[in-house]
Amino acid sequence: MPISVILAQALLGLNVGVFYAMLSLGLAVIFGLLNIINFAHGAMYMLGAFVALIGYSYLEQWFGISAQIGFWGSLIVAPLVVGALGVLIERTMLKRLYDLDHIYGLLLTFGITLILQGLFSNYFNVAGTPYPATPDVLNGVMNLGFMYFPTYRIFAIVFSLVVCFVTWYVIEHTRLGSRLRAGVENPQLTQAFGINVPVMITLTFGFGAALAGLAGVLAAPIYSVSPLMGADLIIVVFAVVVIGGMGSIMGAILSGLALGLIEGLTKVIYPPAASTVIFFLMVLVLLFRPAGLFGKEK
Amino acid sequence: MVNRILFVLMLIAGLSAPFFAYPVFVMDLLCFALFACAFNLLLGYTGLLSFGHAAFFGGAAYVTGYVIKAWGFSPLVGILTGTAFTLVLGYVFGYLAIRRQGIYFAMVTLALAQIIYFMILQLPFTGGENGLQGIPRGHLFGLISLNDPLAMYYFVFSIFLIGFLIIYRTIHSPFGEVLQAIRENEPRALSLGYDVDRFKLLAFVISATLAGLAGATKAVVFQFASLTSAHWQTSGEVILMTLVGGLGTVFGPVVGALTVGALSHQLSSFGSWVQVILGVIFVICVLVFRRGIVGELERLVRKR
Repeated sequence: MPISVILAQALLGLNVGVFYAMLSLGLAVIFGLLNIINFAHGAMYMLGAFVALIGYSYLEQWFGISAQIGFWGSLIVAPLVVGALGVLIERTMLKRLYDLDHIYGLLLTFGITLILQGLFSNYFNVAGTPYPATPDVLNGVMNLGFMYFPTYRIFAIVFSLVVCFVTWYVIEHTRLGSRLRAGVENPQLTQAFGINVPVMITLTFGFGAALAGLAGVLAAPIYSVSPLMGADLIIVVFAVVVIGGMGSIMGAILSGLALGLIEGLTKVIYPPAASTVIFFLMVLVLLFRPAGLFGKEK
Repeated sequence: MVNRILFVLMLIAGLSAPFFAYPVFVMDLLCFALFACAFNLLLGYTGLLSFGHAAFFGGAAYVTGYVIKAWGFSPLVGILTGTAFTLVLGYVFGYLAIRRQGIYFAMVTLALAQIIYFMILQLPFTGGENGLQGIPRGHLFGLISLNDPLAMYYFVFSIFLIGFLIIYRTIHSPFGEVLQAIRENEPRALSLGYDVDRFKLLAFVISATLAGLAGATKAVVFQFASLTSAHWQTSGEVILMTLVGGLGTVFGPVVGALTVGALSHQLSSFGSWVQVILGVIFVICVLVFRRGIVGELERLVRKR
């Protein structure tokens, strides 16, 4: 098998990997502070893609606003919209469940997933709508020396990596991050030191949701925008999270990237296993390192 | 006492149902009711949230369908084979999943179930997205033709009753008491000397097996094993049924399955709005109606 084919699949895998990384990062950040697994994370990713699509194609038709939000604008608007929805969900619903078993948070966000998916399935084709507004700069292919690769995919990889590492830096190395980590470690004591923990929790959930929305915008030009685009993805990301363990931010990023890569390479080696390889890896991890590769069990 | 009265009522309703309702519809509800009861044993009585029960429900349907259709076995043998398959599958899933607790347990079961889903989608003999079609109903004990709707109905109702009674016995046995102790306070149960993991595993296997029994029966009823029945949305649906009816109540899942099933049937003309409505019910149940229908009724009775 020519080496260029393998490299191309590896890069495509890395491309999927950055989405896994962004989503599992968001899940890990939310889990750290709220102890909740956000099932709606996949739906929020889908919502991000739809905000981009609606912002470009449907503003006039639906809302009578004669404006268009292009791709660059969507990179800002979509995370804001999805983040705002996240804040709303946390303030009005999740907040009431903190004293209960954590599984109720999962069940609530599962319900929200059904609502979002159902709503968009009513108005959009389940098979997907292509996103028409990829900027010209990012169209075409790029010569990487050893092979040609679509420019947009290179952009998506680099952009997502930057977002992931900035998030990691902020959480691990800034003042804001240290407060956040203090809130994870001991909410009562952090509150006693005069830090407003409830607000922090709300904003964290909003931020995690915004990350999912951003990933959705980045995915829109690659995959077509569909109401179900987040549905199966989120389950893979759950497996990524189980493999990585949610104890560390860097762990979430690295396991996302690595597993995307492995999935891409499986497509070359044994295509039928590509959709399940991550789940089988999860089984192995559960057998030999039950707490996850980077995990400390809570 | 209340349970006994309710049981007799259920018996009367079940025996007379085919005379005033469409039998296939009632059989569908009965399969889901058994599925929900099996699920409730795990979530309601042991406190374990499995998000992968569709793998048992759907997996058993395919095994049963294949054994009957390709190998020409009788429906009873088919159902027993499908159920035996989920017993093994439940052991494997349970063995892996109980290594992690709480929220992780849910994610692990969901991911494991997705393996089964993709296998069904890709294996050569499952019919892929079309499902396994044309499963013959055949004869029970070589005598009674199950193509007769009434015979089929009472066959399904007997299976439901057997499953229901197994669960009832399990809950009200010393074993069931330990399960509830684990649900209430796992470290305490552990420190009292109970091998918690073994109890959890056994509960998981029983629950998986009976969920499989329900799925296997459904395949014979509809003569069809569908990919949908193995999809994670089916896992979500059974959670909703249990939640609506009442977690950790004996009759809750039955009531929940009837309610949600009848509701989906009534709303089926609304297309994908059904999903939205189910989602809204889910959210409402979690936020303000966590006891479910039977749970709330029990509370009212106790107050008086």
